[in-house]
Amino acid sequence: MKKITLTVNGKKISVQAHPFARLLDVIREGLELTGTKEGCGEGECGACSVLLDGELVNSCLVPVLQANGKAILTVEGLSKKSLCPLQKSFMKCGGAQCGICTPGMLIASQALKKKKKRLSPKDIREGLAGNLCRCTGYSQIIESIQKSGGRT
Amino acid sequence: MRGYLPDYTFESANSLKKALSFCEAGAKPFAGGTDLMVLFEAGLLAPGKYLDISRLKELKGIKNSKTQVTLGALTTYSQIRNHLILTKQFPILGLASREVGALAIQNRGTIGGNIANASPAADFPPGLLVYDAKIQLISTKGIRTLDYNRFHLGYKKTELRQDELVLSVSLKPEFQKYHHFWRKVGNRRAQAISKTMMAGIAKTTKKTIQDIRIAFGSVGPTAARCYHVESFLKGKAINTQNIQEAKQLLSKDIHPIDDIRSTGKYRLRVSQNVLEEFLCGIG
Ligand SMILES: Cc1cc2nc3c(=O)[nH]c(=O)nc-3n(C[C@H](O)[C@H](O)[C@H](O)COP(=O)(O)OP(=O)(O)OC[C@H]3O[C@@H](n4cnc5c(N)ncnc54)[C@H](O)[C@@H]3O)c2cc1C
Ligand code: FES
Ligand code: FES
Repeated sequence: MKKITLTVNGKKISVQAHPFARLLDVIREGLELTGTKEGCGEGECGACSVLLDGELVNSCLVPVLQANGKAILTVEGLSKKSLCPLQKSFMKCGGAQCGICTPGMLIASQALKKKKKRLSPKDIREGLAGNLCRCTGYSQIIESIQKSGGRT
Repeated sequence: MRGYLPDYTFESANSLKKALSFCEAGAKPFAGGTDLMVLFEAGLLAPGKYLDISRLKELKGIKNSKTQVTLGALTTYSQIRNHLILTKQFPILGLASREVGALAIQNRGTIGGNIANASPAADFPPGLLVYDAKIQLISTKGIRTLDYNRFHLGYKKTELRQDELVLSVSLKPEFQKYHHFWRKVGNRRAQAISKTMMAGIAKTTKKTIQDIRIAFGSVGPTAARCYHVESFLKGKAINTQNIQEAKQLLSKDIHPIDDIRSTGKYRLRVSQNVLEEFLCGIG
């Protein structure tokens, strides 16, 4: 076990963890932030997406030692007092149905919006290509992002 | 079933010197983890000592000079696709990087990992082959430089010794006058392991081929240059007959097999068509 220090959604915390434990498990089980989901466990589906020092990663592929000292944004960190514009837009446009992919979709969308102000449907499709959704057919998700306004 | 955590130790190396002595003592390097964590998830990652090399600054960064471009082993696909000069000098590296996995994989996956992992389906090697890259390997004994063409020895076999790290790859920016071509064929645009892929560069004057280099991946134990096709095409005019002959000759250079992703027959046929697409585009 090793002491790992992370800044999670703006708050600095320390946890004891096996250095090879998946960041996903530390977030869900160690920190009890269960918004981040596990789908495939092998980098294919994007359900476990978080931002690591601002970069989109699959937390199922990151051993926690590699996150030591870094900042993590999970879906819980998107909303402060009320839902963020992206979340509101997902609700309004039907971007979420069963919801299992939604935390990952929101984080991947957030990563995209931070990089570029005007996103074409093509940018969005490419940016979300690593996030699978079994329900919406994707069109509503793309619409949700396009209608969510400027930078978040 | 996923690996059992107590079977693994994982340490971070904060200096290159320390990392090299760990490697000498048998630790296995761990960079972006996008190949290794998939093995771990499947319960196929060998138990033992792993070394986090992701913080070693000596293995990071893209360095440009007039005569040479060096990519540190830890360079990610995202860094490559977003690098304006590099993608202009070596378009294939940019195009290939854009098609690796999806963004989250491109943010984490490194070229050193892609090369050392030595999958026949890896997307980076064909581009390095046509650009005549060199590779630098480092150990406590020093640095050695090899032609990249000589690095891959066979299926999952490379020149890399257990005590060595890939330090960098280097390329000469001398292809401004060339056509550059990249084509990956998989089940979908993202998150697809290639059934075949081709990198090609060519210099032509008046519809005649002055110089041409072609490399395929996923159609043999390692990515490889197509010397039969190349030497046939050099000095030839680009016309239907020569293109057809080149397509036939390709079966001397690539030897695709049947596996879970495709059949040998499909791969050969599609590779021939991709070659034709390239040749039609350079005329
Ligand atoms: C969902 C998904 C999609 C993918 N899609 C593609 C794709 O489209 N195309 C493709 O080519 N690959 C793909 N990959 C595979 C993988 O992302 C790449 O091969 C990547 O470049 C590996 O780099 P890494 O740093 O993550 O390697 P790691 O997993 O850290 O290491 C891989 C191997 O290389 C060794 N190694 C790493 N760095 C060094 C070094 N500097 N010196 C010596 N040895 C080293 C390790 O010991 C290990 O054996 C995909 C993977 C996933 C999970
Ligand atoms: S659970 Fe991580 S990508 Fe699917
Ligand atoms: S809303 Fe159900 S998987 Fe996307």
